[in-house]
Amino acid sequence: MSLSVLPTDPAAADPVPSAPRRARIMAVTSGKGGVGKTFLSANLAAALARRGKRVLVLDADLGLANLDVVLNLFPKVTLHDVFTGKNTLEEAILHAPGGFSVLLAGSGLVEYSRLTPEIRDQLLQIIDTVAPRFDHIVLDTGAGISDVVLYAVSLADEVLVVATPEPTSMTDAYALIKVLATQQERQEIRLVVNQVGRVGEGRVIRGQLQLVVDRFVTPLLPPGTLAPRLDLVGEVPLDPAVREAVKRRQLLLELMPGCGASQGVEAIAARLDA
Amino acid sequence: MRARTEPIASDHSTLKLADALQLLQRSGHPLPDRAQVGDVVWLQALIDALCELSSRDPLTGLSNRRQFELALASEIDRVARAGEPALVLMIDIDHFKKVNDTHGHPAGDLVLKAVGQALQECIRPMDTVARFGGEEFAMILPNCPPSFGQTVAERVRLKVAARKTDIAPGQHVSVTVSIGGAFAPQWVRSSAPLWVERADQQLYRAKAEGRDRACLEQPTVSNVSAEEKGLLFGTSKFQDLE
Repeated sequence: MSLSVLPTDPAAADPVPSAPRRARIMAVTSGKGGVGKTFLSANLAAALARRGKRVLVLDADLGLANLDVVLNLFPKVTLHDVFTGKNTLEEAILHAPGGFSVLLAGSGLVEYSRLTPEIRDQLLQIIDTVAPRFDHIVLDTGAGISDVVLYAVSLADEVLVVATPEPTSMTDAYALIKVLATQQERQEIRLVVNQVGRVGEGRVIRGQLQLVVDRFVTPLLPPGTLAPRLDLVGEVPLDPAVREAVKRRQLLLELMPGCGASQGVEAIAARLDA
Repeated sequence: MRARTEPIASDHSTLKLADALQLLQRSGHPLPDRAQVGDVVWLQALIDALCELSSRDPLTGLSNRRQFELALASEIDRVARAGEPALVLMIDIDHFKKVNDTHGHPAGDLVLKAVGQALQECIRPMDTVARFGGEEFAMILPNCPPSFGQTVAERVRLKVAARKTDIAPGQHVSVTVSIGGAFAPQWVRSSAPLWVERADQQLYRAKAEGRDRACLEQPTVSNVSAEEKGLLFGTSKFQDLE
């Protein structure tokens, strides 16, 4: 596939890299749905792109994708078409408004909500193919602890768990962290607390989750294993601008660049880019 | 190509061919007649027999630890790639020292053989059963769903317990085993020592809980207990813990 299909693709603008580089792959996930995973994935990608990074967001919520809705994109070509061989991978990599690239799953992928070995291989292959062309690949996963989510997370170098101060969200985030630590032997898990009511609430929630992890998860691990550590990469304040941006299907960073939530997202991007 | 009559090496003195042949002879691995089958076939049979010999435990005839570690490594590859569940069981004979002390080491050896045979009868063709060392055995069960784990381990335990070993005319002993098991983390390239260690942890637990039982690592716990919730939302809710 010719790269001219993607004239403004930052990845395409970069000729063959001199040294073999590979994107850092980060899975964005949460125990509970509706905590702002996709909102965060998209806006973080935009914030990283503003920092001059080449970013790809891959819709890894194969069954119930939302990224197209958040970004107001109506893709003609999706991962589904790549999986079925109808289109090439290049044709499915689209430009998102925030200056980053996206690979959308498309609703045709509902049939893939059960993870077959073929789908696993294809996802793995796609990531391997695109990884040298980007600095960051964000895997926007589904909610919950399904095999699709766990598989997507297992492909990532780092995992970012999104939680809100709501008790149900904290409980589900904790359940997910427990699975990631015990089943995937993750020793470092990044945490973003979204929709905080006051400054510093993210720190309190991280401390609370860490306390329960130390007490109940660490003893489940084999001796000699490092205790899982929660790394708070930032908090995003509860901000009416977020609702407005989602409603208008625009990136918050473009609609309200200076608002509290935008600043929170940008601070997280700076942390992740360090 | 070298002449067919000299397929091994020009300097036979560097090869321990005589040793190898003697070893195979004694361990009951007869080779085909070299003159009849030809050098190439004979050599292949020799290599096969040596491989077989180096992968078996001489007493029980099970896989030895070397073979077990090979099988474990390839199973980890498979689990990482295909995500199929796989179980490792560590099986230890209870109070084996007592058998040796009471009835002597030859009786101990007979018990080890009998246990090995009982284990062999429990497995599917794709499974690996090995003597891990001393009175400890190990099993690799590929493609074993977590919900079957406890049943499989129990079956092994009961099979061994039901076996009587004749150690002298009219005298037999039976032994029990403690079993610890752990599943490989799916899609994750775990390490062999870590996987065995997790199964060993469960074996210690089985011993500590009174032996003659099978303990499996609890499969992925995604539920959150009342105790955990209590701590998560408990009294320290408003303390800054960083």
